[in-house]
Amino acid sequence: MELLLALPVMLPLVGAAITLLLRHHTRLQLGLAVVTLVAIFTIALVLAWHVTQEGVLVLQIGNWTPQLGIVLVADRLTALMLTVSSFVTLAVLVYSSAQSVSENVERTPVAIYHPTYLTLVAGVSMAFLAGDLFNLYVGFEVLLASSYVLLTLGGSASRVRAATTYVIVSVLSSVIFLSAIAAIYAAAGTVNMAELAVRLDGLEPGTRMILELMLLVAFAIKAAIFPLSAWLPDSYPTAPAPVTAVFAGLLTKVGIYAILRLETLLFPFSQISNLLLAAAGLSLLIGILGAVAQTDLKRVLSFTLVSHMGYMLFGIGMVTQLGMAATIYYVAHHITVQSTLFLAAGLIEHRGGTTDLIKLGGLQKLAPLIAVLFFIPAMNLAGIPPFSGFIGKVGLIEAGIAYGSTAGWILIAVSVLTSLLTLYAIAKIWNRAFWQEPSEEIVAREVQTPKVMTGATTAMIVFSLALTVFAGPLMNYADEAAHSVLQRTPYVGAVLGDEAAADLRYRIDDQGTRLDDGAAQEVGG
Amino acid sequence: MHVSLALLLTAGVLIACGVYLVLERTLSRIMLGFVLAGNGVNLLFIVAAGPIGTPPFEGSGDPESMTDPLPFAMVLTAIVISLGITAFGMALAYRAWQLFGHDEVPDDVEDRRVLRRRRRRSEDAERLPWSQALTEEARRGALAQSQGLGAREAEDPLGSDLTSAEDVPADATEADEGDADALREAVRRRRDHRRGEAAALRHEIRDRTNDEEDI
Repeated sequence: MELLLALPVMLPLVGAAITLLLRHHTRLQLGLAVVTLVAIFTIALVLAWHVTQEGVLVLQIGNWTPQLGIVLVADRLTALMLTVSSFVTLAVLVYSSAQSVSENVERTPVAIYHPTYLTLVAGVSMAFLAGDLFNLYVGFEVLLASSYVLLTLGGSASRVRAATTYVIVSVLSSVIFLSAIAAIYAAAGTVNMAELAVRLDGLEPGTRMILELMLLVAFAIKAAIFPLSAWLPDSYPTAPAPVTAVFAGLLTKVGIYAILRLETLLFPFSQISNLLLAAAGLSLLIGILGAVAQTDLKRVLSFTLVSHMGYMLFGIGMVTQLGMAATIYYVAHHITVQSTLFLAAGLIEHRGGTTDLIKLGGLQKLAPLIAVLFFIPAMNLAGIPPFSGFIGKVGLIEAGIAYGSTAGWILIAVSVLTSLLTLYAIAKIWNRAFWQEPSEEIVAREVQTPKVMTGATTAMIVFSLALTVFAGPLMNYADEAAHSVLQRTPYVGAVLGDEAAADLRYRIDDQGTRLDDGAAQEVGG
Repeated sequence: MHVSLALLLTAGVLIACGVYLVLERTLSRIMLGFVLAGNGVNLLFIVAAGPIGTPPFEGSGDPESMTDPLPFAMVLTAIVISLGITAFGMALAYRAWQLFGHDEVPDDVEDRRVLRRRRRRSEDAERLPWSQALTEEARRGALAQSQGLGAREAEDPLGSDLTSAEDVPADATEADEGDADALREAVRRRRDHRRGEAAALRHEIRDRTNDEEDI
């Protein structure tokens, strides 16, 4: 059973190699890529089932001991992230198959597209499954290297220009991450996360904080948290719609996942939780104000992405079980919805020929199906009641009330305001693109939207509606996931054995109350 | 822990030089900066490995006196990764040079937009403080512009690629040999069109002046 853990990384890598060999057979490439992703989705579902039955799964590669070798670990959080991400990547791949057929094939080297896409999937899975920091770094690098290639597909002027900023910022974050790993190895003598959890607990608070801040900066660049988010709205909009959809949905969430692990497993009850909350509030406000000011559909969506990263950081910053559970649910919701919106933006671009809101208009009459496909995820993003966005936000606000400090109340106000402004930004898009008289150019542009593209978008919407309908069981699942990441003993116990888990100083008990007296006494004395 | 000062100083100098180069404007220098900084960080791993010991081979001696091999394995991985990323960065710089004739990192789009707005404003009224600088007409114009009702603005020296539209014509390279003719054709047609318009305008002006002379 543990061997299954290797497959989400191995399968796409093998698939990438084979698709690269099949570069002259586009159909075969596509088929193989789809089969690989379906297999990963199935494996993720099986893993999610087993994790709920048996607890944390651990695979020691090559039977090395966890201190020396590579371990892959899957707990509830990992399994959920894998399931959602593999579904999204699958839907986007199907969507993109129609687009590369319908648009100019000569300009985009499709031969590269599928192998790179599969490598990206391998990197994302590796980042989710990594049981040690260095493997996490390698996973990040794999997904970043493939994202560079996907962002510059075709090498046109605007893409090269956008990718330049993206590459520089990402490489910078990698250098910071690497030096943080070096510092952590010097301080704790290991990079295995379970081992680190035990050893970092014993370090002095000052050292702990420096290590935590270094890793936080590296991850926050990837997650596009406010002071480090300027690169995102510049680089994402120029890429082809499906690529942007995957980037927006997954890459930033890999960053958030890493921050979540950092704040729970490695540095629990962090000393900088107020800093996290401040960054969350600023991301929410500044991101959404940016979105309101934009006149290009994809740029509006990119800015709302920056803004909504703040919601997830809000939940992480509180470090309570309620907050974590809401965050985990929100991450699943946000991956789906943000990707769907970018896919819908791709449909609009396909029909209207542009994403410039000034040039668009009248699409509701001309393309009612696209209007529906945009409307549902847009309302979901804004958090209109029946949808999952509403449930996630209510969860976060409830956690904020229970948190009960001034920072919590300020953030509740900011997140409600952001939610309203999101609705405003969405209404602005709707006003410009779907209402108004269509320009002659758009009426004259008789393009049939491929069924595969609308089908894939519909599948994503159905998935996001499923998150709404099954919100009850999912929230329970998220709650248990949150409990186990905060408790830390299941993770450390599964990797290192129960004796090591008993050495943990900071953790919560079954009722969710904090147990960190021992450490406090020792530091004080 | 025993730390070698020489290693630490070398790492510091490498990272400092790397940071200096990263602050440059051209992509190729920035990539060189990352190579230097990356090497500095790799040295930090070697510092983290601790004091020098015997080679870590099974059965060659006392495990206590061996060097810790794990950081070296990580450094090797990091070197391979940075090799690949550097290759990509240099390829990107080369492509930028092919397209634009230089590999300078572009300004932030929002910064450019703010700069443009300020220029437009300072053309209107230079001496007044900004609160009074806008006439009623200009303010209405700006409102209309922001609502997308105003006329499209003329060609801007800062470039107009504020949207995702592919409005920057790519220079023909070896890669699109076949397209080059089509591109030249399109450029020629556009030029002819403009000439035609100018000729029509001249005609009209001449006609009008003739009319006036007749009167």
